[in-house]
Amino acid sequence: MARVSITVNGRKRSAEVETRLLLVHFLREQLNLTGTHVGCDTSQCGACTVLVDGRSAKSCTVFAVQADGAEVTTIEGLADGDRLHPLQEGFWEEHGLQCGYCTPGMIMSAVTLLHDNPAPTEQQIRDGLDGNLCRCTGYQHIVNAIQHAAASGSGR
Amino acid sequence: MASPVLPKLVGQRVKRREDPRLIQGRGTYVDDVKITGMQHLAFKRSDIAHGRIRSIDTSAAEAVDGVEAVFTGAQIAEFLGPMPIGTPFPSPDHRAVASDVVRYVGEPVAVVVARDRYVARDAADAVTIEYDPLPVVVDPEQALTGQPAVLHADFPNNAAVGPLPSGTGASPKAVDDTAIDQAFAEADVVVSQRMVNHRLAPTSIEPRGVVAHYEPGKDAMTIWSSTQNPHILRTFIAALTGLGQDQVRAIAPEVGGGFGSKINIYGEEYVAAALSKRLGLPLKWVEDRSEAFLCTIHGRDILAYVDLAARRDGTVLGLKLRLVADIGAYNMLLTAAIPTLTMTMASNVYAIPAIRATLTEVFTNKTPTDAYRGAGRPEAIYFVERAMDMLARELGVDPAEVRRRNFIPSDRFPFKTQTGAVYDSGDYAKALDRALEKAGWEGLKAERDAARAEGRLVGLGLSMYVEVCGVGPSSGLPTGGWEHSQVTVERDGRVSATTGASPHGQGNETTFAQMLADQLGIPMEHVRIHHGDTGVVKQGIGTFGSRSQAVGGAALHLAGGKVKKKMAKFAAALLEAHEGDLVFENGTISVKGSPSSAKSFADVAGYAYRPVKLPEGLEPGLSEEAFFEPSNNTYPFGCHIAMLEVDRDTGEPRLLKMVAVDDAGHLINPLIVEGQIHGGLAQGIGQALIEEVAYSDDGQPLTGSFMDYAIPRASDFPRFELESTVTPTPVNPLGAKGVGEAGTIGSTPCIVSAAVDALSGFGVRHVDMMLRPERLWRVINGGQA
Amino acid sequence: MIPTAFEYERATSLDDAVAKLAAAGGAGKLIAGGHSLVPLMKLRLSEPTVLIDIAHIPDFAGIREVDRKIEIGAGTTHHDVATSPLLRERCPAVADAAAVIGDPQVRNRGTLGGSLAHADPAADYPAVMLAVDADLHIKGSKGWRVVAARDFVQGVFTVDLAPDEVLARVTFAPVRTAAYAKLHQQASRFAIVGVAAALEVRGGLIASARIGLTGAASSPVRLSNVEAALGGQPASSETAAAAARFGGAGIDDLNSDIHASAEYRRAMIPVFTRRALDGALARLAG
Ligand SMILES: Cc1cc2nc3c(=O)[nH]c(=O)nc-3n(C[C@H](O)[C@H](O)[C@H](O)COP(=O)(O)OP(=O)(O)OC[C@H]3O[C@@H](n4cnc5c(N)ncnc54)[C@H](O)[C@@H]3O)c2cc1C
Ligand code: FES
Ligand code: FES
Repeated sequence: MARVSITVNGRKRSAEVETRLLLVHFLREQLNLTGTHVGCDTSQCGACTVLVDGRSAKSCTVFAVQADGAEVTTIEGLADGDRLHPLQEGFWEEHGLQCGYCTPGMIMSAVTLLHDNPAPTEQQIRDGLDGNLCRCTGYQHIVNAIQHAAASGSGR
Repeated sequence: MASPVLPKLVGQRVKRREDPRLIQGRGTYVDDVKITGMQHLAFKRSDIAHGRIRSIDTSAAEAVDGVEAVFTGAQIAEFLGPMPIGTPFPSPDHRAVASDVVRYVGEPVAVVVARDRYVARDAADAVTIEYDPLPVVVDPEQALTGQPAVLHADFPNNAAVGPLPSGTGASPKAVDDTAIDQAFAEADVVVSQRMVNHRLAPTSIEPRGVVAHYEPGKDAMTIWSSTQNPHILRTFIAALTGLGQDQVRAIAPEVGGGFGSKINIYGEEYVAAALSKRLGLPLKWVEDRSEAFLCTIHGRDILAYVDLAARRDGTVLGLKLRLVADIGAYNMLLTAAIPTLTMTMASNVYAIPAIRATLTEVFTNKTPTDAYRGAGRPEAIYFVERAMDMLARELGVDPAEVRRRNFIPSDRFPFKTQTGAVYDSGDYAKALDRALEKAGWEGLKAERDAARAEGRLVGLGLSMYVEVCGVGPSSGLPTGGWEHSQVTVERDGRVSATTGASPHGQGNETTFAQMLADQLGIPMEHVRIHHGDTGVVKQGIGTFGSRSQAVGGAALHLAGGKVKKKMAKFAAALLEAHEGDLVFENGTISVKGSPSSAKSFADVAGYAYRPVKLPEGLEPGLSEEAFFEPSNNTYPFGCHIAMLEVDRDTGEPRLLKMVAVDDAGHLINPLIVEGQIHGGLAQGIGQALIEEVAYSDDGQPLTGSFMDYAIPRASDFPRFELESTVTPTPVNPLGAKGVGEAGTIGSTPCIVSAAVDALSGFGVRHVDMMLRPERLWRVINGGQA
Repeated sequence: MIPTAFEYERATSLDDAVAKLAAAGGAGKLIAGGHSLVPLMKLRLSEPTVLIDIAHIPDFAGIREVDRKIEIGAGTTHHDVATSPLLRERCPAVADAAAVIGDPQVRNRGTLGGSLAHADPAADYPAVMLAVDADLHIKGSKGWRVVAARDFVQGVFTVDLAPDEVLARVTFAPVRTAAYAKLHQQASRFAIVGVAAALEVRGGLIASARIGLTGAASSPVRLSNVEAALGGQPASSETAAAAARFGGAGIDDLNSDIHASAEYRRAMIPVFTRRALDGALARLAG
């Protein structure tokens, strides 16, 4: 067991955890932040993507103890009160989701994508989603959603 | 009454209502369900493909701190019977947990109940099993020889079904080959090819999962499952746990994709329910992805010997299709029925005068197959379209023209094919023309030829498809083929509606609300659609076979019509008007021609629940239900065109252009329809280019995780170019056909045809999927594909 | 999905990491980005009992130029390597290789040191490290030692590192005329074949060449017959084409799996050698 203290969505959370507890399970089971999903066990699908210290990371591939002292942002922490984040707006406007299971991870990846490159080309968007799998949408509306957010100045 | 004029919503690109919760991480999927006292299950699974269990030692597992119980298959068999199937075919004994012989890698052998999923996994790993290995068979044609292994004693030579004949002159009693023999005798050309439509993993991004909660005090069970059909789940869970259907409530919470794989009722669900009842504890099981690759059904895996006979002018005279379906180790819910759909759809969009299809289904030491997006139809269309393409090449005719020559003319519907399908409506030439125009077919050919002149390997592919969906009349489905809906106008004028169609990404909460808002003349915000909970939705079948709009939507429309009719009676009493003269519009009910004589929708609703003067023959309240039984399936169709380049050095295929023209009849929400088609295209293209489930000769899965099984990424695709034509169906009041599977069915053959076209300079006629770079590289370098 | 239990410690310095490793005996395992180790642990293919986290050691990450040599801290993430202005300017091939590792999330956490120590035969960095002839600086209980990249990998997942040693940094002389070309495995995104080429060009002639190969064989190797064929030749596409042809020969431990047979991998070596050489030559012009 180990004591961890992680700032999640701006709130400091301390807990006694098993050292082998994955960050994704810490978020989902200890903090009840179930918006972060699990879609695989080999670190490919990206459904578990959150921001760790400001950059996208697969929370299924990080132990909670590794994140001790870190700042974590999950999908639940993205909107500004009632105001949706431009990427959330984009996904809604452009029908960027169907079953919605990949969506939180997709959006969190896109946050870093637009942070690094506020005006990406379509190809750059597609390449930037290499770490996120979606089985429903064929990606085209996801690309549109990110373009929508980029046009509204999300990355700036 | 100055309410704003409400726009008509049906046919509009309305934003989805399910999205706000999902984009904020507030959806509740099954793994998000938590119940006090809940324990977790983990399964110990076979790591060999075929063997007899000699011994199981669970003592170490039981000793793990936090373990509640460990059960072997033999122990479970004492209180859980064999798993039922949903088809009329004979089926071997299939247990949720094997007790005697294991027949594929991943088959459950023991189950652990423990405090949390970490402990459960530790304990499952601590179970030790000894097997006496048995010979393994993975090749279906070899399996049919009965060597080296027979999986089930009652099925000699591993033949699960068949040979089952279908087509011209075939009846259950006798087969008359005169017509088909004559067609081949008269033919100028015959193209023959063995083709494989290989095995796939459905791979919804949310794996399967279940929470079973039996409450001893109530003698009732609630079961949450990531399922496409909670009502069917309820039926089967009740049957196997010895409960009545009234004692079981099944809930499909938010479901993260299914694609057919979540139609089934799986062993893990039965075990969770049975153990919850036995232990009196809430139990959860959530599948790991590497379990999913082994234990969730696989799709396709049919090989075909195809012979197509034609005249020199391209007129097709006859088609022979000898099918061998590798169904894996057991029958699941619909397993045996899926390949029969391949026979049903063998005529595709063509008026083929003679068809002989024969189907054999075979057991092998692999994961069972069942419905995967398209389910039987993609196979048919693939075989026929590849053969049509080979015919075009053989005759030196444009692939579009060969197809056009054989279309069922638009004035011959309903059209009965030689394999017994009755197509409802169609205009295939229109779809072809729109696609050729949209793609710029002639220009593309010039572009391809110019690229070739530079030494590039560029090819074009075209395919036509028709598929059977919107299933279907009750005669064709053991569950019944209807759908149910109940529409309630609440006291405040808001509307609650239920649908038995249980969505998992299809957006029914939006499309169905659009429909009711239009039908009742109220804002869409006032309509709420309930689904996926047998405690709320009285009856239902579920979502598969692209049926939710065509059958579920139709039921909703009927129920909405009934409630509207009753409401009109109350309004007529209030307004002292004739009910036939009332107009439902903009949140009011008014008398036609005198708009000042009106009541708000809410006022009439309120009155219906406190009718101080109850109109004669009327009961209070506004809640009406309907079962819709379609008279037939629907048959959407379309034309897909692909342009593809193969890297001369590496054999890597790269999709350059993808055009899809689809006709699904009337569209309720074109935005959602586009999404469905995009997703379907992605899966169809994925099959052709990057997806394949592979096994070693000893039955070990070689694609057991995303490290080895690829599904498409965003960077694999160009922008898809879509268009639709609209040929309504007469079989339901909406004229809507269903669109969930279309993209998957049309795209696969045209990708392969494009690759063959790109490599035509190397003398190749056909290349089996998937188009692994190495396979294409071998063609380029003169080897066999 | 669930790893076995372990003890977790955080190292505060390189010396601390070494001390903790030594104290753990053989049971200790370093964790940096965790993007090779955690997936293995989740599948229970690796079950260490003590994890020593080196990701928080000060100055363990960073890229700088010292005495005309580039120095990359072992803890530097793939993302930081891929986007380093210094590398983009002085030795872009290294950044190129980092940029095609896995996906963005993997690059945000995986580290150079972790990749090299893990020695996955399909990893990307090993090829470039051979091509730039990197030195690996290793700290252990007995002090520092330096191992050349070409001597570091001893086999599949095995490297020249004692149980109490930490790879601290990598140094190499920057080469501008260098490039990396990769054939992706579709599912995992690892390299089926990856070739890095580094050329020293003087007066229009190739003075020396180093070609590193990954993915194709059980461990990364230099393609010495290609290097020999390039030496002294004009720096041209024709030279590249002619020399690349020697690429597939002489390697006898080619990998073979469902994604690519040994025969195909052999054939791809010249193809990607050619692409890497062309990429390097293109930088000559630019
Ligand atoms: C989805 C996915 C895709 C990937 N695709 C690619 C790809 O295309 N190409 C590619 O090259 N890689 C790929 N990787 C692997 C990735 O690059 C890893 O990050 C990298 O190989 C390991 O770095 P790490 O810091 O994460 O190491 P860790 O996982 O922390 O450690 C790996 C091993 O190295 C040891 N170690 C770590 N640091 C040191 C050190 N400083 N000194 C001594 N030993 C040390 C650890 O003890 C452990 O044994 C992929 C990984 C994932 C999850
Ligand atoms: S759950 Fe799939 S990458 Fe994390
Ligand atoms: S929306 Fe279903 S997986 Fe992406």
